[in-house]
Formats: sequence, structure tokens, C-alpha cells
Amino acid sequence: MKPILEAKNIVKYFGEAEAKTYALKGVNLTAYYGEVLYIVGPSGSGKTTLLSIISGILRPNEGTVTVKDKNIWQLKDDELADFRLNNIGFVFQDYHLFPKLTTTENVSIPLFLKRQNWDESLKEAKYYLEVMGLGSKADLPVYKLSGGEQQRVAIARAVVSKPDILIFDEPTASLDGETGRQIIAFVKEHLLTQDRTIIIVTHDSRIFEYANRILHMEDGKLKSTTDNGKSLNGQKDNIQLEAQ
Amino acid sequence: MKGLLKIALKLLANDRGKFFTLILGVTFAVFLMNQMTSMFAGIMRKSTSNVINIGAKMWVMDPSVENDRSSIPLPDYVLDYVRSIKGVAMAVPIYFGSGLVKLPNGTYQGANIIGLDDTTLFGRPPIIKGDLNKIYNSDAFIGVVDADYKRIGSPGIGSVLSINDHRAVIVALAKPASGGLFGTPTLYTTYTRATQDLPQTRYSMSYILLNPKSNADVPYIQAQVKKLGYKALTQKQFEKTIENFYKYKTGMGTNIMIMTLISFIVGLSIAGQTFYAFVLENLEKFGALKAIGAKKYELMAMILFQASVTSFIGYGFGIMISSLMIAISKARIPNYAAIVTYQNMLIAFLMVVVIAGFSSYIGIRKVLKIEPFDVFRG
Repeated sequence: MKPILEAKNIVKYFGEAEAKTYALKGVNLTAYYGEVLYIVGPSGSGKTTLLSIISGILRPNEGTVTVKDKNIWQLKDDELADFRLNNIGFVFQDYHLFPKLTTTENVSIPLFLKRQNWDESLKEAKYYLEVMGLGSKADLPVYKLSGGEQQRVAIARAVVSKPDILIFDEPTASLDGETGRQIIAFVKEHLLTQDRTIIIVTHDSRIFEYANRILHMEDGKLKSTTDNGKSLNGQKDNIQLEAQ
Repeated sequence: MKGLLKIALKLLANDRGKFFTLILGVTFAVFLMNQMTSMFAGIMRKSTSNVINIGAKMWVMDPSVENDRSSIPLPDYVLDYVRSIKGVAMAVPIYFGSGLVKLPNGTYQGANIIGLDDTTLFGRPPIIKGDLNKIYNSDAFIGVVDADYKRIGSPGIGSVLSINDHRAVIVALAKPASGGLFGTPTLYTTYTRATQDLPQTRYSMSYILLNPKSNADVPYIQAQVKKLGYKALTQKQFEKTIENFYKYKTGMGTNIMIMTLISFIVGLSIAGQTFYAFVLENLEKFGALKAIGAKKYELMAMILFQASVTSFIGYGFGIMISSLMIAISKARIPNYAAIVTYQNMLIAFLMVVVIAGFSSYIGIRKVLKIEPFDVFRG
């Protein structure tokens, strides 16, 4: 198994002196090509902080994050922005789509950031919307779509730049159980390839079945890793593999 | 970058309420600013109408004269002295005064009476009807057909008026380059007749009009006139002196400047506040763009572009509406004092640049502050 992402000894705290609060207390994490990795845990356990650090948007106080053999926290701000644009696709909990733009325009944004021309970008975006089953809604403004449809637009926007790592933050939080399951099943079936890893932060146990591995976090530490029996390294079902 | 800028514009334009409020705010501000400065320019132009219409290259006057309407009469020897200065091609006297015209209905109307040098008639306006030579007939006057001429009943050629109880016959009609500021009709006659018909002080010569042989002689002439205790100004200098008088000594300039400033502040407030609201509404989305990979300068360019485009659309509308209003007003009120000049438009443009800059600045400041991590945290 080849790792795509390795985070070592990640420490992150907020505030200074007496107000200093540790969000992460020395977390190690490895994500492999071709797997769906969940990071789960109660509120305040440090999941979002960890996700932000491994995706290159929050600088850790200690530790290294290596993506495709490159220590991303040694990059300058603009290089880091380019790194995110080319390697990471984000699906935010609240989607953060521009409601007054059409679905196609929303999906095209990463391509515009890559300086791709207008017509080509829209064409490519429409293709991904087709893949996501939203071809008929390509020209509608986002605010006219349902929550599930908006989620799929956000996914299309995340994958349009063909990233190696797809990051989902609480993808089912705003959806009903059935829609949430359908979306994650779709993502796993259509978007997971041998060249890509999908990392999902969630505390929705209804979608755990789609994970290859589940990292359990608590109080800023990785408490355990659970293999759902679908791991590419062939571990047993639902057993605790390692404890930090 | 083109795609991003297009997206930025669509983002704003699709938010129709805010887009129109922004444009409306800037339009309103530009309309008011242009209206105010155009009125000011119009008033300034009208205030110098005598100097423009007479068209002498230089004017000799008492040093304490601040505007053409309050001349201080000069003794005759000044004219002889000026004529003797090397570099003076010609110098003639001119009389500025006012008389009471008795109207057919028995009422009176004040009128400006300008007495031109009898020999040369230097400074006369362009004649549009009648015979200029008849000015030498007894009681002859030239009527200036401007917006104020109707106040004395728009007398035609051959009409007989009573000015200060003296008979006056209109022998020609003239069209001036610029109408006066105070709504008083103007009549021209000869210097001799003017000084005979109108009440006099010890001296009668209001100004000396002169033409230098060449522009190079102007400084020397000015120095020589100054030696005698008087001052000689070029046409432009005299216009400037009059403008400065109205700007700084009548309160007119200050009031219009305050009004222009208020218009600017109104525009700045509307545009700034609306744009700020727009940025706040989309702040998390801009944060998400940052997370996706947008660089600071790209976000700055997007916001600057949005603010600039709306501001310049507003500028265009503002200038258009204001110019239209002025044109309509002028068509209906002939002596309406407003002219749209390039300087006015430039002033409004610069103020719009400030509005766009300020609106962008408050938006950019907010967007640069948001961390992508905040977007994750919700």
C-alpha cells in the first residue's frame, strides 16, 4: 500500500500562556491511495483541526504533513494555495456555493483559478454535473436546488480539478439519512479510484459502512483505528487496530 | 484571471438588489456632484461674462478692484500714461454703469450700460441685426439679446426707451458669447453718451482696455502700470480675479464645495455600506475560495473589479442624467447657470475612484482577514 498522505506528530494549540488550549496532541495519520478514510469523534475532539492541517489550510505548531512526498508546510502561502488547488478537493459542510451563480459556474470556479478559459471550463463543469446526475440543472442558480443537489454540486466542484485527495467535512450533516447514504455510496462508487483517497470527517454512524478505515479521535488524540473489513490491506472487520 | 473576473461580476450582478443599490448610490452621488460643480462652473462663467464678451487682451484698473461690477473710476491721465507705455498697441477707455429703464407699463428695470470708446467701439459684441454705424446717431443704443433682454420687453430695432429719463433708441441688436449672472439686461452705447446720460463721480473711466503689441510685452506693461499705482491684468487674470472673488469672498464657492462634498459622502456611504453588506454576505464563500486555492491577489482583484465596474457604471449614468437635466433646464430656463466641463467630469471621476477604492478596501480587508479554517469550523 502506497501512502498518499502522512501526518506525523501533529500538535496544534490555540491561544497563548494560560489561555493555551491544545486541539491536537501529537497525532499520526497515514492515508493510502484508493481508500475511503473516516475521521470520527465527538465535538471538540480535533477532527476539523486535523482535517484543516492535513489539507494545508491551518498551520500546525509541531509536526509534518507530507503529501506525495512533499512536506506541504514548508511551502510558501501562494505555493500552498496552488498545492490545494491542484491536489485537494474540498466539500464543505455548508457547501459554500455561490447561490446566485449557476451550478455550472460554481463548479467551474477551480478551473478559473487554474486560468482555464471560460468556455472550456463550463464544458468540463457540465460533464461533471452530468456525472453527478445534475445535467438538467446545469443552468439553474444554486439557490433553486435542494440540499442533496447542492451537495452534489459541491462534490462536482471538488472533483472538477481532478484532485488526488477529496476531503469531506460532515457531508451528511444537512441531509436526511437516506440522501446522505446515497451520496456517500455514489462518491465511493464513482469518485474513488486507485489514484485518489477520500477523507471524510463525520460523526454520522449511518454512513460508516462506506469507510475502508475509521480513525477515532478523542480529546485531540487518535484513540483507535477501525478497519471495516473493506480495507485494502485486508484487516479484519471492526476491530481496533492501533491505539495512540 | 478573465474567468475569475467574469465570475466576480456575475456574482454581484446576479444579486440584483445590491447591484442596483450600488449603481444607484454612485449614480446619485455623481449626479449631485456633477450638478453642483456644473452650476459652479456656470456661475463662474457668467460672473466673467463682461470680460469674455468685451474680449480685450488686457485690462487696467484700480488695484483694489476685485470684480468687474465694482469698478473704481480711473482719472484720465492714466489713459494717457498707458498709451505711452512701450509695447501697448492700443488703449481705450470703457465705462461700466447702470441705468433705470422705464418700461411701457410704467415700471422700472435696472440695466447694465456699457460705454464703448467712441472712435474704435472696441469691445463691442457681435451685431446680429441692425447697423452698427447708427450707434453715432443721437440717443442710439445696442440691445444685447440674451436671456435677460425680455426684462425690458425685448425691444426691437427702432424701439424708443427711457433710460434715466433720457431718450434711448435701439439701433442694433447683438448676441453676447456669455449671458450675465445677475439677470440684468445689458445695453451698449458710446463712451461719451454713457457718461452723459448716467450719474457720474469725479472720474468716469471704469477700465482701460488695451491690446499689447505682443504677448512678450505683457510683463513690461504690467510693471509700468504698477509703477503708477494701478494694475493691468490679462483677460485670463481678470477672469481668475473675478472667479476668486465669487469663490472665496461671497460664500458661493464654499457652499457649493460643501454641497459637492455632501454628495460625495452620500455616494460613499451608500456604495460603501452596500458593498460591505455584499462582501459580508459572501464572506464564507470567499473563505471557501481561499481554501480551494484562490490567492490573496486574486480575491483582491475580484473585489476591486466588482467595485470598479459598479462605480463606473454609476459614473456613466450620473454624468448622463446630470447632463440631460442641465440640457433640459437650459432649454426651459435660458439663463440657467450650469455648464458641464471636462474638469467637472474629472472631479466626479476622481471622487468615484475614491468611492470604488474605499468600497473595495473595506471589502478586501474583510476578505483577507477570513481564514479558510473558519470556513471549516462554521
